Amino acid sequence: MRLEPREQVPYWMVFSAPLFAIAASLLLCSSLIAWAGEPIAASFILMAKSVVGSKFGITETLARATPLIFTGLAVAVAFRARFWNIGAEGQFYFGALAVTWLGTGMFSLPPILMIPLMFVAGALAGGALLYVPLALKTRMNVDEVVTTLLLNFVVLLLVSYLIEGPWKDPLSLGWPQAAPVVDEAVLPKLLAKTRLHMGLLVGVGMSLLVWFLMTRTVWGYEIRAVGHNAEAANFAGISVNAVMFRTAMISGGIAGMAGVSEVAGLKGYLTLDLSPGFGYAGIAVAMLVQLHPVGVIASAVFLSAIFVGADSMSRASDVPSYIADVVTAVSLLLVLVSVMLTRYRIRWS
Amino acid sequence: MVEVLELKGVTKRFGSLLANDGITLSLAEGEILALLGENGAGKTTLMNIVFGHYVADSGDVEVHGKRLLPGSPEAAIRAGIGMVHQHFTLADNLSVLDNIVLGREPLWSPRQRLGEARRRVREISGQYGLELDPDAKVGDLAVGQKQKAEILKALYAEARILILDEPTAVLTPQEAESLFATLRSLAQKGFSAIIISHKLHEILRVSDRISVLRNGQLVGDIAAEDADRDRLAEMMLGRKVSRPTAERLKTGEPVLELESVSTDGGDRAACLQRIGLTVRMHEIAGVAGVAGNGQVALAGVISGIVVPSSGQIRLAGSALKFGNARKVVEAGVGRIPEDRSAEGIFGEMAIWENLISEDLRSKKFCRAGILQDGAAARRHAASLIDHYDIRCSGVEAETRLLSGGNLQKLILARGLSRNPGFILANQPSRGLDEGAIAFVHSRLLDARRAGAGILLISEDLDELLSLADRLYVIYRGRIRAVAPAENPDVTRIGLMMSGEGMA
Repeated sequence: MRLEPREQVPYWMVFSAPLFAIAASLLLCSSLIAWAGEPIAASFILMAKSVVGSKFGITETLARATPLIFTGLAVAVAFRARFWNIGAEGQFYFGALAVTWLGTGMFSLPPILMIPLMFVAGALAGGALLYVPLALKTRMNVDEVVTTLLLNFVVLLLVSYLIEGPWKDPLSLGWPQAAPVVDEAVLPKLLAKTRLHMGLLVGVGMSLLVWFLMTRTVWGYEIRAVGHNAEAANFAGISVNAVMFRTAMISGGIAGMAGVSEVAGLKGYLTLDLSPGFGYAGIAVAMLVQLHPVGVIASAVFLSAIFVGADSMSRASDVPSYIADVVTAVSLLLVLVSVMLTRYRIRWS
Repeated sequence: MVEVLELKGVTKRFGSLLANDGITLSLAEGEILALLGENGAGKTTLMNIVFGHYVADSGDVEVHGKRLLPGSPEAAIRAGIGMVHQHFTLADNLSVLDNIVLGREPLWSPRQRLGEARRRVREISGQYGLELDPDAKVGDLAVGQKQKAEILKALYAEARILILDEPTAVLTPQEAESLFATLRSLAQKGFSAIIISHKLHEILRVSDRISVLRNGQLVGDIAAEDADRDRLAEMMLGRKVSRPTAERLKTGEPVLELESVSTDGGDRAACLQRIGLTVRMHEIAGVAGVAGNGQVALAGVISGIVVPSSGQIRLAGSALKFGNARKVVEAGVGRIPEDRSAEGIFGEMAIWENLISEDLRSKKFCRAGILQDGAAARRHAASLIDHYDIRCSGVEAETRLLSGGNLQKLILARGLSRNPGFILANQPSRGLDEGAIAFVHSRLLDARRAGAGILLISEDLDELLSLADRLYVIYRGRIRAVAPAENPDVTRIGLMMSGEGMA
């Protein structure tokens, strides 16, 4: 068996490949449902109904997709420049720390100023955190995969220290959580009595902005150029270190905004389980759509729907909600395979 | 005459490309056959089929009348075929002897029998005039010696048929001469050889018979004594192509001056040692030398990607800020990088994007950091594609799809369309076919006529002799001008390239 490169990849293939991959992964996962002793078709219908069958399902899916849009974008930008930021989780918490520090009573401004300020602060915090691995990479050639990943655990310990210690809310009845953000900093709900909040609009706005940045600006051109061929970028007079710095600030900043959106939009205060791994899921979100900034919205919604669906399936039947993790992992693997197959064809010899 | 190797109707397809189309060839005992053709004509594919790296779609390879098992390099070696690759397959950190016995030893023997192997290697090198110390470390050898080690390795494995892929690409003229002498003496002792090359004059000197490939087809098979340069070139290209020649021009003011420029870091032989040179308007100054003698550092310093440790560079009289490629481009330098795909282009990006990579911040294509969509950059690209005859499906096509020649046209278009006062051309025709070389040369001569000064760094002495007004030779980071009286004494230049009189 050999792989031969295709000279040209037809457009229909580019678009249909991820869809095929997702269909195939659902098919593969149906064997797990059968293993759990549940009827396959009925389980999938149950899943689908729980996602699109009610106002609650739809808003819940979108609410859960919101942080994934941010972290997916953060990963998409960084990976485009081949800067392997595996630390969106840590940057997410740094953003959450920033909003907790500034937004829980230090001062207050009218919401129209307060909310943008919180997002800016979160972005700066996320960017600042990512500066550490960046500086290590550009100055001492330390691999950023290791440093960004390990920083996540450092940040989690820091958060744990703060909310158990100096930042612990005295009114929390002993629970390890920080004080709630002031009312002026709370993101308005998009629909009353749901968990859907303004963070979604900010996320969609950011993804359009990033798309514009990547395709229409000199900065975006340079980010892509460095990612495709850093040596040629250097030869063309593009400062690779400057581009890496910008990329890291944008990526870390967007991941930090996710933390702001979760604290100020959904939960109201900082806890240690604020993110069930949004930073890591962001990698899957970005890879599923081959780092396309607008595609990130679709894949965030898709993954969120899988999680919402799996949750209600586990409540209604004997299929554990871990099925969602399996679907995510399998679909990611299959998308990577199908993307490869759009570029190469298999020859049996 | 005894046929030792026969190819019968060998056909190989890669996708829609027919790399070898029913090729039938034979090689006799004691014969040196040259396989001539442009890049992409199918020479290397054909030899890889013989050596078992590829499997032919149809057709057979026979050695001494017996069919060779397809797709098995091991079978090829056992049948007595030895391949000397263009890029040597030697481990630099091992001795010559270790490299030779590598893979030839019994797998389960706990002890190396190096004494016996050393005796055999000595015997072989004495017998065929391949003098080489078996205990020298390969990393310390000169390129010509490494090639001897490769040939020894093949002979040690009892090869009777040698295949040499572009064997002279990295050799000085003297080293090439010595290789040819070795091959001749091997042929007299009954060995056979196939030499893959596109250098006509060498082929005419060394081979008995010449087979010409074009677009995967065998278009000619003639005895070397009946062949001449023009006839071979026409067979190879399928049409008459002649490289342009330079006319005499009066040179003007200096456009580039280097004054005792040194670099450090990495391999010492490749660092510049207080280099000085001048290029004037209307002039092509050539830099000859064997690869690895400082050409990379020299080009890097002038292109603005290497910061010299000392010295000064002046462009059109004003001092250049070191290590800033953008400043170099803005100062009006057109650059042709040595490695097109590694340094010159972004393969996954569109052609129009690649054509503006050096003008990102110019007012023409961008306002306040925002690229003007559609209009200016794409129009610019379309006109360059037209002017430089870049064969492609359009401005949006991915650049990696271009052929080597068209890639070089794209790089020329980007570098020369701004009418630079100085051009750095580093190996501008390496790996290109004859037609593309003629194109590159004529564009460089056009630029020279228009007033540009050009520094041409090349490992191809023929190219330098036909284009350059003056020559420098670079050896171990030092540079010396070839005195006009010696020009163009190939022997003298060759000796300088190997270090004579360069201390």
